[in-house]
Amino acid sequence: MAGGLDSFDWLKDRIKRPKVLVDLSGVAELRGIRTTDGGIEIGALTTLTEIVKHPVIREHYGLLAEAAELIASPQIRNQGTIGGNVSQDTRCWYYRSGWPCYRAGGNICYADTPTGRNREHAILHAERCVAVNPSDSAPALIALDAKFVIQTSKGERIVDAEDYFIGPDIDITRLHILKPGDLLTAIRIPSTWAGARFYFEKVRDRNVWDFPLMNVASAMHVSGDTIEGIRLAVNGAAARPLRLKAVEDAVRGKTATPATGEMAGKLAVQGAVPLQFNAYKIPLMRNLVKRAIGGVEEAKWTS
Amino acid sequence: MPEATNERVYGPQYKLIGKNYVTTDLLAKVTGRSKYAEDFRAEGMLFCKLLLSPLPHARVRHIDAREALAMPGVKAILTADDLPAPADTLTDNGTVIKASKWGERGLTIEPVYQGEPILAVAAVDELTAAEAIERIQIDFEPLPFVVDPLDTLRPGGPNPRTDGNIWTTPPGATGPAVKELKWTEADFAETKSGRLPMGKTPDEWSYGDLDAGFKSAALVLDETFVTPDVSHQTLETRSAMAYWQNGKVYIHSGTQSTAQTRPAIARWLNMDAEKVVFISEYTGGGFGSKITGGVTMIIPALLSKKANAPVMMRISREEETFIGRARPGFQGRMKVGFSKEGRILALDMFVISDNGPYDAQGDSPTSGRMVSLLYQPQAMRWRGVTVLTNTPPRSAQSSPGGLQGISIIEPIIAKAARKLGLDQVAIRYINCPEGKAQYGPLVQGQMQHATSAFLKDALQRGAERFNWQGRAARSPKRIGSKVRGVGVALSCYVGGTVGFDGLLVITPEGRVRFQSGIGNLGTESVIDVHRAAAEVLGVAWEKCDVVWGDTSKHLPFTCVSGGSQTTHAMTRAAHAVAMDARQKLQEIAAKGLGGAPEDYTVANERVFRKGSAGMTLAQAARRAIELGGKYDGHEAPADVNKVTKASIASLAGQGLVAAAKDNYPRDGMTHSYVASFAEIEVDVETGKYYVVDFLAYADVGTVIHPRALGGQVLGRSILGIGHAIGQKWVFDPHYGVMVAKRFHHNKPPTILDVPVNMQWEALDTPDPETPVGARGIGEPPVGGGCASILNALSDALGDEIFRRAPVNADTILTSLEAGRPVQHPLMAHI
Repeated sequence: MAGGLDSFDWLKDRIKRPKVLVDLSGVAELRGIRTTDGGIEIGALTTLTEIVKHPVIREHYGLLAEAAELIASPQIRNQGTIGGNVSQDTRCWYYRSGWPCYRAGGNICYADTPTGRNREHAILHAERCVAVNPSDSAPALIALDAKFVIQTSKGERIVDAEDYFIGPDIDITRLHILKPGDLLTAIRIPSTWAGARFYFEKVRDRNVWDFPLMNVASAMHVSGDTIEGIRLAVNGAAARPLRLKAVEDAVRGKTATPATGEMAGKLAVQGAVPLQFNAYKIPLMRNLVKRAIGGVEEAKWTS
Repeated sequence: MPEATNERVYGPQYKLIGKNYVTTDLLAKVTGRSKYAEDFRAEGMLFCKLLLSPLPHARVRHIDAREALAMPGVKAILTADDLPAPADTLTDNGTVIKASKWGERGLTIEPVYQGEPILAVAAVDELTAAEAIERIQIDFEPLPFVVDPLDTLRPGGPNPRTDGNIWTTPPGATGPAVKELKWTEADFAETKSGRLPMGKTPDEWSYGDLDAGFKSAALVLDETFVTPDVSHQTLETRSAMAYWQNGKVYIHSGTQSTAQTRPAIARWLNMDAEKVVFISEYTGGGFGSKITGGVTMIIPALLSKKANAPVMMRISREEETFIGRARPGFQGRMKVGFSKEGRILALDMFVISDNGPYDAQGDSPTSGRMVSLLYQPQAMRWRGVTVLTNTPPRSAQSSPGGLQGISIIEPIIAKAARKLGLDQVAIRYINCPEGKAQYGPLVQGQMQHATSAFLKDALQRGAERFNWQGRAARSPKRIGSKVRGVGVALSCYVGGTVGFDGLLVITPEGRVRFQSGIGNLGTESVIDVHRAAAEVLGVAWEKCDVVWGDTSKHLPFTCVSGGSQTTHAMTRAAHAVAMDARQKLQEIAAKGLGGAPEDYTVANERVFRKGSAGMTLAQAARRAIELGGKYDGHEAPADVNKVTKASIASLAGQGLVAAAKDNYPRDGMTHSYVASFAEIEVDVETGKYYVVDFLAYADVGTVIHPRALGGQVLGRSILGIGHAIGQKWVFDPHYGVMVAKRFHHNKPPTILDVPVNMQWEALDTPDPETPVGARGIGEPPVGGGCASILNALSDALGDEIFRRAPVNADTILTSLEAGRPVQHPLMAHI
């Protein structure tokens, strides 16, 4: 257990009853932000507030600082960790209430029934389960091409950020690849995208203390107006944060304009399937991807 | 709460009324030293936990608690069998109201909503109690259930209670009864076009010629609108602690009325009120959910008796979501006929109120009265039905019925103004109540009327201060994906009652002590109202003390702090008791120093004759004790309530004891009013919108305490805004259970969801029908908060985006995408 913000819910709800709970908060090595030759390394137990305030992150990896600052509320960011934010479980209100659904080892998805309430659920890559990943930092880390350092019983393993997350097709009971005994120890961000053109946007119902309905993160290398390189990810659309490779490929070499954004947005939502109450997520994702590439006009009101 | 930025001088003729001051409870509150129910500990105290029904409607066939009771540390179990029989109510005028057989009792063997408490276990600690609860086996027989009012009104639809689905008061009956009502398939044909079916209703009233009004109308709109069910979500949950001493039960819990919770507890426990001591110095919010506390507070009391030890019941946030009360959502429909100038000629209103499973709420009839008063339709009909469902129990919530009625009509008026080419402020001005404004229904053939209404002034001044004309004429309204919209709404609610008692003691030390039976629910009226008495007596506030929060401290008969009664009712009582004290001081002075009582003046902590001797309040108090009789409380006024008489007797001999009933005349029913203005900015690509600016301009009579008033005007506006911007319930109708149980699911507004610089202002025009001129303010801002946002949204996005509140990104994006409203038009709890 890291900051406990996800774990304590399960425990207080008396749904999960582990025999043993290991509190990692005393492990100093898991804390802190270090600059390295190739970028920075963030200990998994580093709090979100520390990330938001860190001068190097703010200056070079502002995408992550921006995403982290939109997580939950100040109190939660003081306690919540980056490792916890990327490893947290889904917030599907059926699953979190202890219903015996697919994700909990059962054989039904309560959210995906004719009467299921699924406003906040998935439009892409749903398989039996329609839950979504709620992390705000995850798409930013994918866009920054971060590497996740995992300590396993067999030694250290390093994976690309996007490969840390998994959908129900791989394992319906978890949102990430950690197996029992594995520990996420650090997140390394290479300098490849330092100071790139970033875009992050989170859409939520409330202005604080709310999970995303959807978010988008992009990092672009732009020369003149031309997109030379781009990494783009969206969360809140599927059980894992989605890196939109097809969109990246389609816009590379094109101009970073609203028109390219429009095209990208349409491409991004291909194959999206709405449930009864979440059809809005399709235009939302389309528009967020559009803005991540083409930007958004600032409204300057004269009166 | 943003600091109230108001710098106007209120009540220039007064020393205390209209002035800011620091209430005596403030320091404890801001330093965390105030003790709420959960903060109390008693020697040997046990903790209890509740077993809640997992099913929306069921019968308990059998409870097997053997394993739980065998656990070490488990001390007692309480089931519905242990509850006393429901007590009848004896009213002050001697009428007996029979206990309702459908009433809520705290524990049950027939749960009628998911989350209803079935039993409670007391143990040495909470963890043991929680583990014991899980070891109890209950055999449930599932019963039919329903969570959407329309589903039970359908032909053959399930009933939420075994004997029916609606509340109605049959002719000649003393109280409402549960009956069955089903509409026809033909009635339901309307749903195909997204309009609310309008079948038979048990209740209906009308005045004026509706048909003629519609015939002569230049514009007729017929709209269906759904308002949200919203939990009260007070910061303090309804935790309670109880113990017994010498045959008396002592209960600590939150309440909106210290004085009136005591008889409520006595009724729930079916015992003598004199054997009940209720302690509630601080309450973390009520909003109508704790008018006399909550029936569940008898659970620790009865467990304490059984276990022979004090028992603490801490209520979790999730439990509070189930048992903590909520506002009934409405499925409503309104047909309104406008003249070409925008005057409402005819208004036909139809509402279904989702009542939950228990006591009949007044939201549905109240909504009709508020709409009638607020927009003065020349002819009006109201029809309503209060439908039971297997959803958590409802209670009044700030502006009960008012919020819903205003939220239904306001978007229609906004639409009418656009269709008729009228300014939004202008169309409201010509329909606005004024002076002794009349409203329906007819009572004994007569329209009712308000004590006063100065809302036109508030609307006009508010429009100026908000720069309504400038903002409404903004061009362009759209830049990029951002669209601005402005909304104005009228709002009103009942603002006071009459007939309660004031009680004070002038001590031999020369201090004035007010006995306050008002609940300390955060509005500060518990202290504020007594400033009116100090003002009359000419006593410096530093010489005054307020006693509150404990029924053993001799409190007078006091209104409940619900329905915005307190400031009006209790400043009247405060004025009355100050006049009684003044009279007694004058008489005491005259007896001691000669002359006639009326020769004497009371001011500056003295009673004196011009140019002659007088005495201090301390001397007068000592003299009162010597005189005895009515002067020191050995005799009580004949007309005060028996509760006040008992308190007077207990205070007798402590000094000059003054007591009086509010017998001041009043012509009309007291209401307060607010004109609310909002500007929002919507991003049409994300559906996200922000409230950019907000102003509430209040007509509340004389301003008593500006800072507290500002807190109420803005705080209650935010409560209303929450209904527009996101707060709601979500139920899975197949299982009949709530899925949105957490704050991040049901989305009460946060302080960051409203503008930093929210504004308020008050007219400070005294109401002519009350001696201090003050009216209540708790409820009136709520409807305006919600409706001004809804109107700003339709200004920004058009009239064809939403047909229900709240309005969020999902509604906005899907409707913009489709070019028409696509959200389900009628379904409840989505």
